[in-house]
Amino acid sequence: MTALAALIRRDIRVALRIGGGALIGVLFFLTVVVLMPFAVGPDLALLKRLGPAILWLGALLASLLTLDRLFMADHDDGSLDLLVMSRTPLELACATKALAHWLVAGLPLIVATPVLGLLLNLDGSATLAVALTLLAGTPALTLTGMIGAALAVTLHRGGLLLAVLVLPLSIPVLIFGVAASNAATSGDTPFGTPFTILCALSLASLVIGPFAAAASLRHGLD
Amino acid sequence: MKNPAMRLSGRDVRCVRGGREIFTDLSFSVQSGEALAVTGPNGAGKTSLLRVIAGLLALAGGTIDLEGGTGELTTAEQAHYLGHRDALKPALSVGENLAFWRDFLGGAPDHKQNALTAVGLDHIAHLPAAFLSAGQRRRLSMARLLAVRRPVWLLDEPTSALDAAGQSVFARLMQDHLENGGLIVAATHAPLGITTHDLWMGAQP
Repeated sequence: MTALAALIRRDIRVALRIGGGALIGVLFFLTVVVLMPFAVGPDLALLKRLGPAILWLGALLASLLTLDRLFMADHDDGSLDLLVMSRTPLELACATKALAHWLVAGLPLIVATPVLGLLLNLDGSATLAVALTLLAGTPALTLTGMIGAALAVTLHRGGLLLAVLVLPLSIPVLIFGVAASNAATSGDTPFGTPFTILCALSLASLVIGPFAAAASLRHGLD
Repeated sequence: MKNPAMRLSGRDVRCVRGGREIFTDLSFSVQSGEALAVTGPNGAGKTSLLRVIAGLLALAGGTIDLEGGTGELTTAEQAHYLGHRDALKPALSVGENLAFWRDFLGGAPDHKQNALTAVGLDHIAHLPAAFLSAGQRRRLSMARLLAVRRPVWLLDEPTSALDAAGQSVFARLMQDHLENGGLIVAATHAPLGITTHDLWMGAQP
C-alpha cells in the first residue's frame, strides 16, 4: 500500500508542477467547446441539441491528448524499468498510474463542464447529466487509453499511433455517454439504460486495462 | 544486517535483440561478497546481459539462477538495477525523488537521510533534480541503492560522470555492500576500485 500511495503522490506532484501538463487537457477542452458556438452560429436551439455531443467530443479528444504522457516520461527516464522490476505487481502499478492520471487529467474536465454548459445554452439539469455521464465514462477512456499508451511506448511510437489505437476502443463510451446525456435532456428515452451500460464499460475496462497494459509493458521492454 | 550466502549464476545464456544475436553460450557465476566486472568493447552486450539478469530482456536460451535468495521472489525483485538512465523526475526535488523510490521499493524510513549523506547530497536535498549535474544525478541514483536494501546490485557503467571523490565514495559503498554479503555485477570500462572477477565479452583480445 505504501508503494502505491507513493506512486500516486509522485505522479500527481509531477503533473501539477511546472512542465507537468495537468492543465493541457482542460485547456484544450475549453478551446474546443468555446470555438463551437462560433462555428455553429448563434442558433440557441441547435446549440442546446448539440451541447452534450460537443462536450463529450471535447472531453474525449482532451483525454486522448494527455494520454501519451502516461508511460512515455517514465520510459524515457528509466523509471519504467524499476517499476517493472519492483515487488509491487505491475498490474497494480498500472491501475494506480491510471487513477493518478484520471485525477489530474479527467477530473478537471468534469469540473469545467458546468461552466462550458453555459456557453452551449444547456440548462442546469442537462449540464448535471453531462457531468454525471462524464464522471461515469472518463475512467473508461483513461483505462482503455492506458492500453494504447503502453503499446505506443513499447513500439517507440507516440502521438498519432496512440490515437489510432485508442479511438476504436473509445467509440462505445462516446455513444453511450452521449445517449445518456441526450436521454436526460430530451426525456423521451430512459436515462438508466445507456447510463448503466456506460458504468459497465468503465468497470470492464478497469478489469481489462491494467492487465493488458502490464502485459504489453512486460513483453515490449528492451 | 548480513545477507545469507547467495550465488547468482548463468549457464549458456543467449540474448537476441531485434532479431540479432548479441551473445550466446555465456556462463558466469558470482557469489556473496564477490563482484563481477563485465568488460568488453562497445556493443559487446554488457548492458544486454545486465538487463537479461534484471528480467528486462527475455532470455533467448540458457538459465539464470539465484541460489540462496528469498524463495518466492524473482531475481529482479531482489536486485537493484542502476542503468544509463537515472530514473529521476526533474520536477521533483532531490529528497522527493529519493523518498519516492524508497517508499515504492520498500525501504526503511530513516534510510533516506543516511543515504543522501553517504553520497554527499544532503546539502541540496531541497533542490529540484532538474538542476543537478550529470555526476550529481549519478550520486542520487547511488543513494537509491542505499535507501533500499537489495542483495544483488546490477550496475551499468556506475562510475561514469563521477569525479575522483565520487568514484572513491562509490568504491567504498560497493566494498561495504560486499562485506555485508551482497553481490555485484557491473558493466564497466574503468577500474571500479574494488577487487573484482572479470568477465570478458566479445572477441578475445
